[in-house]
Amino acid sequence: MSEPSQDLTEIWVYLSQSPLLWLFVTIAAYSLSLALFRKMRFFPLLNPVLISMIVIVTLLNITGTGYDRYFEGAQFVHFMLGPATVALAVPLFRNFQKVRRALFPLLIALAGGSLTAALSAFYLADIFGASEQIALSFVPKSVTSPIAMGIAENLGGLPSLTTVLVILTGTLGATLGLPLMKAFALRDERACGFAMGLACHGIGTARAFQASAMTGTFAVVGMGSNGLFTAIMVPLIADTLL
Amino acid sequence: MIQTLALLLGCQLLGEAISRFADLPVPGPVIGMILLLALFAKLRDIPENVEKTSFGLLEHLSLLFIPAGTGVMLHFERINEEWLPVTVALVGSTIVGLLVTAGLFTLFLRLTSKEPLMPLQDKDHE
Repeated sequence: MSEPSQDLTEIWVYLSQSPLLWLFVTIAAYSLSLALFRKMRFFPLLNPVLISMIVIVTLLNITGTGYDRYFEGAQFVHFMLGPATVALAVPLFRNFQKVRRALFPLLIALAGGSLTAALSAFYLADIFGASEQIALSFVPKSVTSPIAMGIAENLGGLPSLTTVLVILTGTLGATLGLPLMKAFALRDERACGFAMGLACHGIGTARAFQASAMTGTFAVVGMGSNGLFTAIMVPLIADTLL
Repeated sequence: MIQTLALLLGCQLLGEAISRFADLPVPGPVIGMILLLALFAKLRDIPENVEKTSFGLLEHLSLLFIPAGTGVMLHFERINEEWLPVTVALVGSTIVGLLVTAGLFTLFLRLTSKEPLMPLQDKDHE
């Protein structure tokens, strides 16, 4: 007869080897933080992505679980990003006319916003004493991560650091973006959505979809157009940064 | 639901194939999205079940970023050394980027269009 604690250890050893455990943890953490977020009337700092990541990182650290083991379970969630990207065609098609009618303001906001996001990040890092390599890693931080890594590499930044900055930017923007714009009396859902996608890529876009389908649509356009614009613009201005 | 999933995965698969075959820098799912847009344009509409399932999936888009985001958060200590410039640049540029983008958009909407603004129904951030 074994001790109860020994039984528990055996169960843990068995479960921790299976992808089911971390798949469950990922979905349960999100589901609970979403319920909390709604219950607390969408208090920004309780953003479900932020809370879920904190909970999961804590659990991984406490149990001494490596990211590879975690990802064996979480990959099933991660995989759905592909079909979800394809599904973005639905709100884009539904709101196509509205995007076309706002094309001129959209293009001005793209040029101004994209340059502001990239240059303010670089110069703030530079002024406050970051090394050149780190400051350069900041330039593409508003862009969706696959594109951002390529840009950082070409500039001479650190692609792995850029990925961290991209995720932090997205989480920060998803958490504070909508209340911030509201505080500055910016309330048009096309403008706010576009800004969320442009400045905070996929994570900001996901947050915009929670507000409305139209906000989300403009976020998708903001994310896509900024990825393209930054990739073209950065090589042109790279010389002035160095 | 299952037909929609087959449609989405089919578009993604075709998109991946085109991306590889033509050696395009655009990721497969993005090409898949363009293919699906083309299909809707040809049908001149979105089938009801496709619309319903897609919105169901997009409603929880946030969830799908958690696995990748968690991986990144585990490497948090990488930025500890230069935390001051990193924090200032991160917070400052995100705020400025959001405000300049939304500000320019709103300003030029007012200047170029007679349509009224469309206020965000802010049930989600009261």
